[in-house]
Amino acid sequence: MPYQYLEDIGTADIAFEATGRNLPELFSEAADATMNVMIDNLGAIEPHDTRQIELSNDKIDMLLFDFLQDLIYFKDAERLLLRVRDAQIDKKEGKYFLKAEAAGETLDAARHHQRADVKAVTLHNFSVEKENGGWKATVLLDI
Amino acid sequence: MAIIDSLKKISDTVWELPATYKEGMRVPARIIATEKLVREMDETVYQQISNVATLPGITRYALCMPDGHSGYGFPIGGVAAMDVGEGGVISPGGIGFDINCGMRLLTTNLTLDDVKPHLKEIVDLLFQRVPAGVGSHGFLKLSHSDFRDLVEQGARWCIEHDYGWNEDLELTEENGCIPGADASKISERAIERGYNQVGTLGSGNHYLEVQVARPEDVRDKDLAAKFGITIPNQIVVMFHCGSRGFGHQVATDYLQTFLKVMEPKYGIKILDRELACAPLDSPEGRDYFAAMKCGLNMSFANRQVILHRIREVFSEVFGRSAEDLGMRMVYDVAHNTAKLEKHSVDGKEKTLLVHRKGATRAFGPGHDEVAARYRDIGQPVIIGGSMETGSYLLVGTASGADTFFSTAHGSGRTMSRTKARKQWHGKQLQHDLEARGIYVRSTSWAGLAEEAGPAYKDIDEVIAATELAGISKPVARFTPIGNVKG
Repeated sequence: MPYQYLEDIGTADIAFEATGRNLPELFSEAADATMNVMIDNLGAIEPHDTRQIELSNDKIDMLLFDFLQDLIYFKDAERLLLRVRDAQIDKKEGKYFLKAEAAGETLDAARHHQRADVKAVTLHNFSVEKENGGWKATVLLDI
Repeated sequence: MAIIDSLKKISDTVWELPATYKEGMRVPARIIATEKLVREMDETVYQQISNVATLPGITRYALCMPDGHSGYGFPIGGVAAMDVGEGGVISPGGIGFDINCGMRLLTTNLTLDDVKPHLKEIVDLLFQRVPAGVGSHGFLKLSHSDFRDLVEQGARWCIEHDYGWNEDLELTEENGCIPGADASKISERAIERGYNQVGTLGSGNHYLEVQVARPEDVRDKDLAAKFGITIPNQIVVMFHCGSRGFGHQVATDYLQTFLKVMEPKYGIKILDRELACAPLDSPEGRDYFAAMKCGLNMSFANRQVILHRIREVFSEVFGRSAEDLGMRMVYDVAHNTAKLEKHSVDGKEKTLLVHRKGATRAFGPGHDEVAARYRDIGQPVIIGGSMETGSYLLVGTASGADTFFSTAHGSGRTMSRTKARKQWHGKQLQHDLEARGIYVRSTSWAGLAEEAGPAYKDIDEVIAATELAGISKPVARFTPIGNVKG
C-alpha cells in the first residue's frame, strides 16, 4: 500500500507511513497522504491550476518536510488543493534538488469532502529511509 | 519494566518520574493526575515529558496536566518553566504550532426556553458567519500591511475597527495584546498564510458551542455570579480556536531556524527534533519570542472578530442589540504559549519563561496579572470538553504554585483520530446527537466522527483531578445544545 494512516501514534494528530519504489514516488505518495487527511475524495480534485515547486536541501528528510510544507502553504494562502503530477529528485554534490509540478484546484466545499485541516508537518519521529530497495517515510501531521 | 512502574507516587494527584529515569534529565518529570488518569495515559506521554526534562534552564519539574496525551516534542498538557538567567531555552515544540490556541466564553441573559425555538437558526447562522474547515478564509479583507498591524496590536486592533467593546480587552489574557510583538520577525509566507483567515474557526478540535448552565451544575453560586452566571438555565457561548495558518507558519519557520543553530552554536542536544530550541537570551531566541507574540496577538484578534460575529448573529435572531442580550465576555484564555512570569522558586523570586502546551494559566486570587474585576477571586479558567459531554468554568487557586499556576485545558484524547474515524460515522453521530438535544453543524463528516465523545477522557474525572490537586476550582459545568464543528 503506498500510504497508510497509523492508529497508535499521535492521539490528537494524524500519522502516516508512505512508501515508494523511488524518491519521486515516495514524495508523491506522501503528498497524497497529506492531502487525503484534509480531503476524503482526492479523485474529486480537478487539475485546473498548476504550481511549480523547486526546493533543495542537504538532507532528504528535510526536503520532504519542505515539500509537504509547501502544499500546506498553498492550501492556506490560496485555498488550493494540489496533487503531484510530476516530480524529479536529483542528488548533486551531496545535496538533493527537487523539481515538481503539482496540479489541482481551489477548495469547493460542495465537491471536496473535507476531513481535518493540517496545521503543520511535525518533526516528531519524522523519517525518510531506504527499505526493501525502495523508500519509506513516517510523518506526524499536526491537526 | 512498564514506565508506570518507574513512577513514584508523591501524593494522590502527583506522580513522579525521577531525574535518574533517563540520561540527560535535569529535573524530575511530574504528572498531575488521579491514579485512574495516570493508568490511562499513553506511554508516549511519559517519554515526551521526560524528554522535556532535559531542556536547558528547566526549573523544578517538567509537568504534565491531568488531560495530558501524546503530542510532538512536548506532550499535550506539558508545562515547563525555563530560568532565563540560567540559559533557559524557548522551544516552538513547547508552545505548539497553533500559537495561542485558546478558549473564549461569553454569557447571555437568555435562558434555554428563550433559545430552544431558535436553536437551529442560531447554529445555522453561526455556521455561515464563522467559517470553519480546511484553509477557510474570513470576511475581513486586509492588506498585508493591515495584517502586520493586526498581529502587533491583537484584539486592540479589532476594537479600534469596531469589532467589539472596550471591556472585551480587560477580559482577555494580556488585555488582548501582548507587548513586544514585532512583525519584522515574521516571514512573508506566514503573512500570506494568515492575512485572510481572521475570523475563522479552523478544524480538528476547534468548535463554537451554545451551552446551558443548568442550576444543578453551578458548583459555586457566588463565584458563578461574579463571572456573570446568575440565571437558572442561562445560555452561554464558548469557542475554541487559534492563530490559524499564520501561527502554524511562524512555528514552522523558527523550528527550522533553531535546528540549524541549536547544536553548532549553542551546544544544545535534544532527544526529539520537535524540541528544537535556542536560549531565550540569544538573537534567534529573542526573534522567535517577538514573532511568537505576533501569533498570540493574531489569535486574540481572531477570537475577537469571531465574538463580534456571534454577537451579530444573536442580535439578528432575537431582534435586540448584543448589549441588551447581555452578551458579555467572561474571559479569554490562551492554551499554547510561552510567557515571561515571576514565580517564587525555593523562596526566591525568579523570572521564568513558562511554556504551556495544551495547558491553561490559572493565577489565584490577588495575582496582579488577573483582570482587575476578578483579582479578588482569581483568574477564570475555561475548559472545553468533547462536543457530547460538557465544558467547565473554573477559577485559579492560590495553591497552584507547584504547577507554576497551570491547569488542564480540555478533556484530553484517549483515542487517535484514525481509530475514532473507523468507529463512528459523522452523519449518524449528528443524528444521534440531535436526538439528545445537541444540534451540530460541521464542514466535515469524518472530522465530526474523529471528535466523538468516547474518543476523549472523562471530563468530570479531569476536572476532579485539577480540584484535588489544588490547581483550579470548578465553578460551573455547561451542557452543549448547539455546536459548530470545525
